[in-house]
Amino acid sequence: MAARTLVLDVPDWPGHVAGQHIDVRLTAPDGYTAQRSYSLASAARASAAYAVSTVEILVQRIPRGEVSPWLCDVAMVGDQFEIRGPVGGYFVWEPSRPEPVLLAAGGSGIAPLMAMIRTRKEAGSRVPFRLIYSVRDPDTLIFGEELARRVRDDHGLDVTIIYTRQTPPGWRRPAGRLTAEDLAEAGWPAALAPTCYVCGPTGFVETVADLLVAAGHDPAAIRTERFGPTG
Amino acid sequence: MTDIAEWVDGNDIAGATRELFAVDLTVARGRCVTCGRESMVAEAHVYHRAPGIVARCPGCDSVLLRLVRAPDRAWLDLRGLSYLEVPMSALTASEVMPVVA
Repeated sequence: MAARTLVLDVPDWPGHVAGQHIDVRLTAPDGYTAQRSYSLASAARASAAYAVSTVEILVQRIPRGEVSPWLCDVAMVGDQFEIRGPVGGYFVWEPSRPEPVLLAAGGSGIAPLMAMIRTRKEAGSRVPFRLIYSVRDPDTLIFGEELARRVRDDHGLDVTIIYTRQTPPGWRRPAGRLTAEDLAEAGWPAALAPTCYVCGPTGFVETVADLLVAAGHDPAAIRTERFGPTG
Repeated sequence: MTDIAEWVDGNDIAGATRELFAVDLTVARGRCVTCGRESMVAEAHVYHRAPGIVARCPGCDSVLLRLVRAPDRAWLDLRGLSYLEVPMSALTASEVMPVVA
C-alpha cells in the first residue's frame, strides 16, 4: 500500500499540539536501529478531561526505505515499538490563535495539517481555514472522505484539491501543478494576514512558499515543513 | 517523488535536540558564522544519513550544527553558529533581580 494510518496506543501520552511529530525507532534483532519522524495526524485534545492514550500517524510507503515498508506492510496490531515525543514547536497551530489559516499540503504532507483541521473542530474554534491539497491523482488522495465530510460539517473549512497528473472524470481544473492562480483563488489575500502552513516534499514547499511571498504574504507568517520522504 | 529525500528541514531534529536541551531548539533563531544569515533551526537543511546529524544554513549551506549520539553520550558541535536566540517564558521580577535581604 502507498500510505497507511497507524493508531498507536501510548500509555501516559502527555498530549500534543497540532503539527507536532514523534520519532519512531525500530530495532532489529541484531541491535541495528533506524529512526524516522512522523507527524501526528490526530487532534490535540482540548482539555485533560478528553485525555486519550491513542495517537495517529500517517506513514507513506517508500519502496526502497528501511522503516516505512515495515510500518506499512509488516507491522501488525499488537506490535510494540519505541517512540519519542511529542516534539517540535515551529510547525504548530493552537486554537487560541485568532488569524485565518491557509494550509497547503503536498501528498502525505497532509498529516500535520489534518491534525490542525481536526483540532480546530475539536476545540470549537471558528477561525476560518482553507486547505489546498495537491496530489498526483485520485488514488493518492488521503483522507478524501473525511475531508468531504468536514467541508460539510465543520463550518468555516474550505478544501481545494489540486490534481497534478490525473483528475477524476469531469473535474473542472485540468491536471497540473499548483500555480499562483490556484493560490489566489483558493487561498487568502495577503491583506487578511493569514498564517500559512506549507507541508510536503521539498520542491512543493519551496514553490508554494515562493508563490506566497510573491503574492505579498509576510515571510514570517509562512511556516514550512518538508515532509520527507525519508524512507 | 518517491526517491529518498537528500535532506529534510530542521523540524526533524526536534526530538534529537530535546534530549539535550530543556527547551525546544527548533524555534531558536541562530546566526550563521559564515554568511551572517539568521534563521530558525527549523529552517535549516538537515542531513541525517551520516553517522550523526548535520544541519546546514539554508542560505549558504555551511554547517551550523552537528550532533552525534552514541548509546551513552552525545557530541554537539555548534561552531557554525555565532549565537542562538532561544524563546523563553517571561521571568518574574524576583528571578531577574533577586531580592537581597
